[in-house]
Amino acid sequence: MASIREFLTLPRDRQRRYNFAYLDEHSKREVRRRLLKAVAIPGHQVPFASRELPIARGWGTGGLQITLALIGPHDVLKVIDQGADDSVNAVNLRQLIVRTTGVRTTTDTRHATVVQTRHRIPEEPMTADQVLVLQVPEPEPLRHVEPSTVRARRMHAEGDYSAMWVRLYEDVVRWGEVTISSQYPVRVHRRYVMDPTPIPRWDVPRLHRAEVLYLFGAGREKRLYAVPPFTEVEPLAFDDVPFRVEEFGGARCRRCGSEASFLNASFDPVTGARTFVCSDTDYCTRRMAALRFEETAR
Amino acid sequence: MTAGAPLLRVDGLTKIYGSCCPACVALTGPDVGTNVCPRCRSVVACADVSLVVDAGEIFGIVGESGSGKTTVLRCLYGDERPTSGCARLASLEDGRANVFEAPPRRRHEIRTRLLGMVYQHPSLGLRMDLSSGANIAERLLMVGQRHFGRIRARAQGLLERTEVPVSRMDESPRRFSGGMQQRVQIAKALANDPPILLLDEVTSSLDASVQARVLDLIRELQRRLGVAMIVVSHDLGVIRLLASRTAVMKDGRIVEVGLTDQILEDPQHEYTQLLVGAQV
Repeated sequence: MASIREFLTLPRDRQRRYNFAYLDEHSKREVRRRLLKAVAIPGHQVPFASRELPIARGWGTGGLQITLALIGPHDVLKVIDQGADDSVNAVNLRQLIVRTTGVRTTTDTRHATVVQTRHRIPEEPMTADQVLVLQVPEPEPLRHVEPSTVRARRMHAEGDYSAMWVRLYEDVVRWGEVTISSQYPVRVHRRYVMDPTPIPRWDVPRLHRAEVLYLFGAGREKRLYAVPPFTEVEPLAFDDVPFRVEEFGGARCRRCGSEASFLNASFDPVTGARTFVCSDTDYCTRRMAALRFEETAR
Repeated sequence: MTAGAPLLRVDGLTKIYGSCCPACVALTGPDVGTNVCPRCRSVVACADVSLVVDAGEIFGIVGESGSGKTTVLRCLYGDERPTSGCARLASLEDGRANVFEAPPRRRHEIRTRLLGMVYQHPSLGLRMDLSSGANIAERLLMVGQRHFGRIRARAQGLLERTEVPVSRMDESPRRFSGGMQQRVQIAKALANDPPILLLDEVTSSLDASVQARVLDLIRELQRRLGVAMIVVSHDLGVIRLLASRTAVMKDGRIVEVGLTDQILEDPQHEYTQLLVGAQV
């Protein structure tokens, strides 16, 4: 299958000839086994046999393979991209999963059993009966400080993260604080340093002792890793230069008025004025609905 | 630690590069005049090297190029894996554990906490893409220091002690002179107060006046900090100035070991006599 477009434009009866959840059962079992290992060693990158999919590698194939391996006919699926349910990547992945499984979908984080995401963790706190699957472009947190994969693996084995710490040191020397905005390195279960994927700093504290199971998949790099529920996840920071999340200078979402969510800036094309809007569309929409309800009640 | 036990004890250290045959060690050495095995063409870089370093002592290793001096240091520091042999550090499990057989994570710890290495070329010991301060900070971060202010203060203190202008601590050592680079390297090696410092031809690439200042610095550090050192050099002058005891190496073997004065004034082995005689 050359492309997702080709697959999605096939007649429904031909789409149905594919195995449930597209992958064959052996491939799904391979992914599940690797996931078990990943959960057993929190934050450790586990190699897996990444399959060809009707999507180019690097466009969410790692996350997609996890979702396909886990999903069952009674699951409820939510797919987001940068917090939005309706962007191209999310829509394509959702359609592929739905057409090969027939599962129900939702945009409401609270109702989903499996959520696949790119670059965001939903604002709504997730629970123990849900799974959050993250798409990973670059699983190796040491890539920027150690280009050799062999040496980086040895550094993980020896627990030697001084190269990463030196990067933070140089940042603080130059700028007075750490300037990494996304893919902020975290230490999992006091052992492995992990790349939390390009989620903003805002989302990093959500990884710490969360109720939900986090699964990470890098299709192009053929690596899986996991943060099991209630695992310690600590952003790397100096004792006297603490980790900080983004600040929006008191700005509010222009749609729902939220001050307590991660905001995206946008510019008015005419006046050039900067306004903010929630990055999590589901959170924003539900807040607006609640506000409207209150208004009408009044 | 039992009183009087040596700080470092090396027994039968052997490093052979190549396919290695049972006759390698027997068919090479100073008596044969080569370190290449005639049967299998393996290079016996060093064989059966045994030495003892006591607390606060400077131990010298002297010998011509290719005699295996640097290999000994590299094996001790963990840059090379020795073919056989045993090294015990008093500060490691009371001198019972063999450093060469330590598991990788342990080995890394030995490297960062118990040893310091100063290479002949600063580019081997320093990361030139980082600032000098970061180079020192790296060692401190390796042992788990996480307080930025204290790390910086420590790096400053070390640079002051090694006479590098603190105002330039955030510059890359690439922009420094050779002598200054070597001083940054010494500061880095000293970062975690290791009981033993390994110095590999530290002054060989420096000009005479800078050489003298770096040697002064080493002596000063030894006096003030009481750190033990193994100093490798082909220069008898350096050895005479620094080392209290010295081993002479030739074709991968130690041919003579003793008090430095004794070796220089009354050399016993033929090769040592040649070496001392060649010095004007």
